[in-house]
Amino acid sequence: MKLELESVRKSFGGVEVLHGVSLTGEGGQVVAVVGANGAGKSTLIKVLSGAHPLDSGTLLLNGERLALRNPRDGIVQGIRTVYQELSLVPELTVTENMLMGELPKKAGLIDWKAAHQRAQEILDQIGFSGIDPHAKTRQLSVAKQQMVEIAKSLVAEPRILILDEPSAVLAGSDLDALFALVRKLTAGGTLVIYISHRLVEVLELADKIIMMKDGATIAELEPAKTNEDEMIHLMAGRKVDQIYPTRREDFGQALLRVDHLARPGEFEDISLQVRAGEVVGLFGLVGSGRSELAETVFGARRPVGGQINLGGQPLRARTPKAALRRRMALVTEDRGHTGLVLGMSVRDNVILATMKGPLLRMRRASARAAQRIEQLSIKPADCAARPVWQLSGGNQQKVVLAKWLEVAPQVLLLDEPTRGVDMATRIDIYRMVDSLARSGMGILLISSDLTEAIGASDRLLVMREGTMAAELDPASVTEEEVLAYSIGTPT
Amino acid sequence: MTPKDIPLEVEPTAGPGLRGGLFNGRNLRLGGRDMRGLILFGLVAVVLVVVARTTTDTFFTESNFTNIMRQMVTNGLLSLGMLMVILTGGIDLSVGCVVAFAAISAVGLTYDQLDRYTSFPVPLAMAAAIVTGLLFGSANGILVARFKLAPFVVTLATMTTIRGLTFVFSDVPLRPSADVKDQFRWIGATTVGPVPVAIIVVAVAFALGWVFLNRTPLGRSIVAIGGNRETVRLAGISVTRGIVIAYMICGGLAALAGVILASRMGNVQPSLGVAFELDAIAACVIGGADLAGGKGSIHGTLAGVVILQLMNNLLSLWGVQDFWQQVFKGLIIILVILMQSQARRRN
Repeated sequence: MKLELESVRKSFGGVEVLHGVSLTGEGGQVVAVVGANGAGKSTLIKVLSGAHPLDSGTLLLNGERLALRNPRDGIVQGIRTVYQELSLVPELTVTENMLMGELPKKAGLIDWKAAHQRAQEILDQIGFSGIDPHAKTRQLSVAKQQMVEIAKSLVAEPRILILDEPSAVLAGSDLDALFALVRKLTAGGTLVIYISHRLVEVLELADKIIMMKDGATIAELEPAKTNEDEMIHLMAGRKVDQIYPTRREDFGQALLRVDHLARPGEFEDISLQVRAGEVVGLFGLVGSGRSELAETVFGARRPVGGQINLGGQPLRARTPKAALRRRMALVTEDRGHTGLVLGMSVRDNVILATMKGPLLRMRRASARAAQRIEQLSIKPADCAARPVWQLSGGNQQKVVLAKWLEVAPQVLLLDEPTRGVDMATRIDIYRMVDSLARSGMGILLISSDLTEAIGASDRLLVMREGTMAAELDPASVTEEEVLAYSIGTPT
Repeated sequence: MTPKDIPLEVEPTAGPGLRGGLFNGRNLRLGGRDMRGLILFGLVAVVLVVVARTTTDTFFTESNFTNIMRQMVTNGLLSLGMLMVILTGGIDLSVGCVVAFAAISAVGLTYDQLDRYTSFPVPLAMAAAIVTGLLFGSANGILVARFKLAPFVVTLATMTTIRGLTFVFSDVPLRPSADVKDQFRWIGATTVGPVPVAIIVVAVAFALGWVFLNRTPLGRSIVAIGGNRETVRLAGISVTRGIVIAYMICGGLAALAGVILASRMGNVQPSLGVAFELDAIAACVIGGADLAGGKGSIHGTLAGVVILQLMNNLLSLWGVQDFWQQVFKGLIIILVILMQSQARRRN
């Protein structure tokens, strides 16, 4: 079995996000796709799985042209995808999730006994033991849920299995089990397409490494003949130590102090502080409560207990409005849902949090927008009157930043500020964060990207399942250590 | 080890996202504005006028124009208010009933009520009617925004409540069918030259509406709420306040429309205004408003009102039966929204 992808292009709303992606793979191989956030990996997967039909280029399976119009078409061809975002129904059992649409029946009714048995068999077979098929999926840890997701994709014995960052929430023995599974599948003739930005595991697992950058495949490497440094260099177009600015050293007094903050079910007893001139990193996996914490500090969610101090004064009113008045801003993780009004112009978005008076002063608003567009080099330069949705992801993110910079914050909470953003923009954002910190702002940088959490921060906090698991020195810590704390297995 | 030569492409700058075709935005810009809507409106209006001119004798008469303008008053005001609500992502089904309630109460208050208390002076009676419209609107808004109920259900419930109240109040023995005082008729029934006074009121309302939506923080926040309520909340802006005000404007304008209608007709039935809300929604939608919120404009809505009215007028002049007029109107609305959704999909 042979899969060939040739010069694939894909646009959304007039913005081309894949421009010329080529990839080949054969049954029995592990083809790894690596690239920074925003390189186009996710879009590539969706094209491969049929979720996004391609605009141009060819997709060949065993030399035959494949026209996938929807995920159903992909499944029919034996292409299964395990997405990074879990797609399980939390209120259903593991069995129901795994066998959805294929539950065994007896006399027209579901045969639960056979169903649970079948689920158990599959779990055993692939080496994911310790998962009870009767359990509701919401009761499982994120790592276990990820395993159920993988098990689900194997029910139909796919010819091509696409794994999107499967290791993002796995570590230790779970990760070993995953690797063993991938090897077993390839031994059976399956083609595994493995998306990851953790280069070490890619080097260990892959037969072939496809490098993506800014929506195109830029290189094909053999794991035996390359190394981490070369890959980073290719991905970023520069050396690792040039991506992140040098760490800051002079810190002032604490601008933000959080004491024993809690929201049961989300996080418990969280204390932290951010000093003037400091970038505090906060790393945590999905479900660790990092975003909920940021939203609570900002006042978008109501805490059940604990105190927040801003600039030495307690912050009592718990609304975004109160936080903004005290000059604390939050760049939320999902710019489409909470950061921008996509249908409104760049200008209107930039001034959104600072509109005043009975009448807007349009000339002033335009001037503010123009200044921010220039300062943050938002492209295209004449975008002030354009609706924000027309901009690329990286530029949209800069518009969100511009909006919050307009309130002249003293404390800036950044929740995944570089998600889905191309490398050039990421570097811009790191530089901006650096210069803001150096000008005396206190910054809390929340990230699920290990490299970023370590590289861009002066102090690193790690959250695990709603608790503060560790405070580390990013200058001396390794990615493996941070991940171990975030999963709860520090060695 | 050497990377294969796969050409590295330069990231394209975000374009306006339009492919060729009849309405290519790049060719139809004037002063940086997208002129497609205006051109489309112009085309439709010209076609309607030309058809009217060639198929009827009476279209190009002063009395018909006055008539068209007069009939545009009610739907114009209702559509303007409806636009505010639709922009927030809501809908107000109660406006037709507010029209009836305001009309009944404005007339009723100018009468002596069975010697129990004396009549209000005309301006005060009208003002009181408009205030009740604002109150109905704020009730809608508070239920939607504060209690997070679905706008459709809320306004469906207030619709029947207000209709019921209208019948209750019109049931007092004061003979609302008697002639209304001359003073009362000024706003709805007089003209300045060929131009009805009421249409001037509508024009002022639209002008103020434009300033409100485009030049005030409150108006901008109403547009933004419909686009993305959470973003607005996180920007420190009160979403509740914005929504309540949108519904208040809608209720207030509906009441104003009711007062003007009462003034024009001089004779008000409590069953007035049935299904008026549908014409208002239609005008907004034809004018490009998105029922999901965040999208819609004053000029688009005005265009929607004009087109609907021209259509109505044409069908009347042709002598098409009222029932068939409704059928045509329904089909044309479906056609327009189909065209819009196609255009959106191309983007």
